[in-house]
Amino acid sequence: MHSVVCIKQVPDSAQIRVHPVTNTIMRQGVPAIINPYDLFALEEALRLKDRHGGRVTVITMGPPQAEAALRKALSFGADEIILVTDKAFAGADTLATSFALASAIRKIHESHPVTMVFTGKQTIDGDTAQVGPGIAKRLDLQLLTYVSRVAEVDEAGGTITVERRAEGGVQVLRTALPCLVTMLEGSNEMRRGSLPDQLRAARHELTRWDRVAAGIEDVTRIGLKGSPTVVNKVFTPSPRAEKAEMVTVDSGRAADLAVELIARIGGRFPVVEAELARRAG
Amino acid sequence: MSNDAPVKKKRKFELDPRLAAYKGVWVFIEHERGQVHPVSWELLGEGRKLADMLGVELAGVVLAAPGEGQPFCQEAFAYGADLCYLMESPVLKDYRNDPFTRGMTELVNTYQPEVLLLGATTQGRDLAGSVATTLATGLTADCTGLTIDLDNRSLAATRPTFGGSLLCTIVTLNYRPQMATVRPRVMGMPERQEGREGRIIEHPLAMAEESIITKVLDYIPDDTRDKPQLPFADIIVSGGKGLAKPENFQLVWDLARVLGAEVGASRPVVQAGWVELDRQVGQSGKTVRPKLYIAAGISGAIQHRVGMEGADCIVAINNDPNAPIFDFAHYGIVGDALQLLPALTEAFRQKLATARRAG
Repeated sequence: MHSVVCIKQVPDSAQIRVHPVTNTIMRQGVPAIINPYDLFALEEALRLKDRHGGRVTVITMGPPQAEAALRKALSFGADEIILVTDKAFAGADTLATSFALASAIRKIHESHPVTMVFTGKQTIDGDTAQVGPGIAKRLDLQLLTYVSRVAEVDEAGGTITVERRAEGGVQVLRTALPCLVTMLEGSNEMRRGSLPDQLRAARHELTRWDRVAAGIEDVTRIGLKGSPTVVNKVFTPSPRAEKAEMVTVDSGRAADLAVELIARIGGRFPVVEAELARRAG
Repeated sequence: MSNDAPVKKKRKFELDPRLAAYKGVWVFIEHERGQVHPVSWELLGEGRKLADMLGVELAGVVLAAPGEGQPFCQEAFAYGADLCYLMESPVLKDYRNDPFTRGMTELVNTYQPEVLLLGATTQGRDLAGSVATTLATGLTADCTGLTIDLDNRSLAATRPTFGGSLLCTIVTLNYRPQMATVRPRVMGMPERQEGREGRIIEHPLAMAEESIITKVLDYIPDDTRDKPQLPFADIIVSGGKGLAKPENFQLVWDLARVLGAEVGASRPVVQAGWVELDRQVGQSGKTVRPKLYIAAGISGAIQHRVGMEGADCIVAINNDPNAPIFDFAHYGIVGDALQLLPALTEAFRQKLATARRAG
């Protein structure tokens, strides 16, 4: 059983602030973390290893500092970490990213045949959920997205049974290995790393692959060149044509403010008034 | 300025002639267990506008089991489609990635649309990512605004970025189709036009069940009783970190009970564990379009705004007069939510009681 887990280092979005004057992202001091959704993928891979033996390789494409995210993954119990990093990857959209990661996984597969590929359901910075499906298609792997539970893996029979979140229910799917699974949040709970793993995480030698080492010859498929989408502009939304009508009363009392607000809504929003009337009736 | 100063010319964009043949706006009609997901109708409403801007036809794409798809096509016409591409096959009975990707890819390659829209649901996102990769074209997820740049007929797709701290506009210039997903309730529901007709183009899928590796063993419908139903709620009372303590969130529940409203929450409140994930309103939570949205102690970050700005009437209560929520609320009260929420509860209780007596 050899699982490859794709992770991404992301800024902790709960701590991102926008500069009030320049409307730019203030990156300083925002901690970088492993994309929280990826932890469910990593934990699921580690559980498979607990049950079936084998190994867990964690891979990320990113800048050199993404090494920290990989070492964190080691501390949870991953066996191998690979940082795919090259200036040529800069500006990649999801199509170019899945191309690069798929190439690297193919390379991993040459030395250690891959049984499963895991990703989180999406990242918290891009929120696209596109890279997992992209990798699966490029590697011709069966794709299982939004998996809430890996019910059974039959290694000898080469099958896997999972529960997949659909819109109005849960699909129970069985497919053949190898396959790619994107894990849903809350599907498991990340373990605490053992002390030996934490020590190993600090000392373990990082495998660093540039474009060539990752098996990529065609530079038009990666980075900005390999990205069909172009970001035209980044902006803050404009206020509504009219800003909020501020409700004030001379008394300043909350009770009076409430009555005044309700009276004003009734005058300007008959749709709300009608809805309230419906509830009264 | 001297005459020989270099004149900066705006480079004119020329679409590859092979791609210029791609015409029309398509909407994937998503269904599960015989029910079309309403996001498909919302997308037809938006797709209609884009098709009219481009001067092209709007098509629905229906992939279904034999005999299942016709009624979906008729519904699509009522919601604005000019035609539908209908692909029926036993292998399309339940949603599975492989046959749906194959079917959609084949339709795109045959009929060549310039824009393809899908719902940002578990099904739509699964399919969109696979189709875009197979076709090697651009895909923009979770758009909150779509328009056409008429200079080059390109789809300008706006979405939140940096975890919902800012918005960005993304274009796919030299690739077709230009693909985008939109979350349910982000776009309004179009008017249903009874009796509106269109034409159906049937296209077979040559794919045998034996060739499909993934099998559906079972389907367990959700138990929706006792689950919050925010996306279709008419009145929502939401609370944020401005309420200071989890105990204070009870004031939101109190007002919601009097109004018969659903309770929503901002991301920080959900992350702090004050309320369950199903109540989170915003980019990574639910998108809502109620008639009345009351936000107490919510500052109005973009990731929250994109989830609720479709509300008819937004009331914001915040003690910070500079909170961004006052930029897009209809009514604002600068004050202490801990005092205003009980006051509103009482005032609404009296208003409803008066109406009841009168009615």
